[in-house]
Amino acid sequence: MVTVKGILGRKLGMTQVFDEAGRAVPVTVVKAGPCVVVQKRTPARDGYSAIQLGFEEVKEGRLNRPRRGHLARAGVRPVRILRELRVPDAEAYQVGQDLRVDLFKPGDRVDVTGISKGKGFAGGVKRWGFGRGPMAHGSKYHRGTGSLATGGRMSGGGGRVFPGRKMPGHLGAERVTVQNLRVERVDPEHDLLLLRGAVPGPRGGLVIVRSAVKG
Amino acid sequence: MDLIRLVEQQQLRRDVPDFRPGDTVRVHVRVVEAGRERSQVFEGIVIARRGGGVGETFTVRRVSYGVGVERTFLLHSPRLDKIEVVRRGRVRRAKLFYLRGLTGRAARVKEVRERPGQG
Repeated sequence: MVTVKGILGRKLGMTQVFDEAGRAVPVTVVKAGPCVVVQKRTPARDGYSAIQLGFEEVKEGRLNRPRRGHLARAGVRPVRILRELRVPDAEAYQVGQDLRVDLFKPGDRVDVTGISKGKGFAGGVKRWGFGRGPMAHGSKYHRGTGSLATGGRMSGGGGRVFPGRKMPGHLGAERVTVQNLRVERVDPEHDLLLLRGAVPGPRGGLVIVRSAVKG
Repeated sequence: MDLIRLVEQQQLRRDVPDFRPGDTVRVHVRVVEAGRERSQVFEGIVIARRGGGVGETFTVRRVSYGVGVERTFLLHSPRLDKIEVVRRGRVRRAKLFYLRGLTGRAARVKEVRERPGQG
């Protein structure tokens, strides 16, 4: 059977559920699938093995012509989103096949990839966890970066900033993967996955859920 | 958000009685002790309710052997066997944290027999 499983979805938000022992478990609700297999990539033709998944049905007119042609060739319904998923056994899938949440069952471990919330231009305190100075008592050093710590004999007595120095800058809105989340519940009727813990991105953000790399 | 509410709905208990801050309640808590499960009763005045949906909690305060004890429960937790309303209290605010500073007779809450708009 297929070894690596994956599905595309949208993060709906967080809540909590009670487990068998009556403990409250924090979960993220993800509406995932149905995803259609649009294309297979094989080592022979493409040099690697993967499947291309389509997610979220749209009106055909919403898509540009190249996209329409691509989907028509596969003979699948018009979809908004296409993503590739690396799987070792692309041959095990059929083009046109639908993937649903029932791929996963409670207790499975998954990795979830998403685009994290954008934080804009953030200072060193938020971005790198720098300590801050006193906010009062006459202090004039609040949340600044402080000394950039050059100097010393090795750098010839200063005069430059080492490359890679942690400084303020853009934070968030990057691809982030959270590993080893437990699938708490699966609701095939509503295409829902309940994953223990937090998942990157805002509500409504696209996420890729796939079998954990480190089981 | 409606699908989230759907997930939560399935978790909610239907047997939660109507009670408010100021009421005295008896909470039957299921505890696992030495591998055995039994019910424990915690009785006191409800001093707060907060949150909504599955995450709603309430806080019960009692004075036991001269020491104030407060416990906060998840309203919809399956670990609660039963919530009994013992007494209805008449209070004028939603959070009764001022009771912490009072002792003895001053820490009592007046009882109401009937609430307007209620049977």
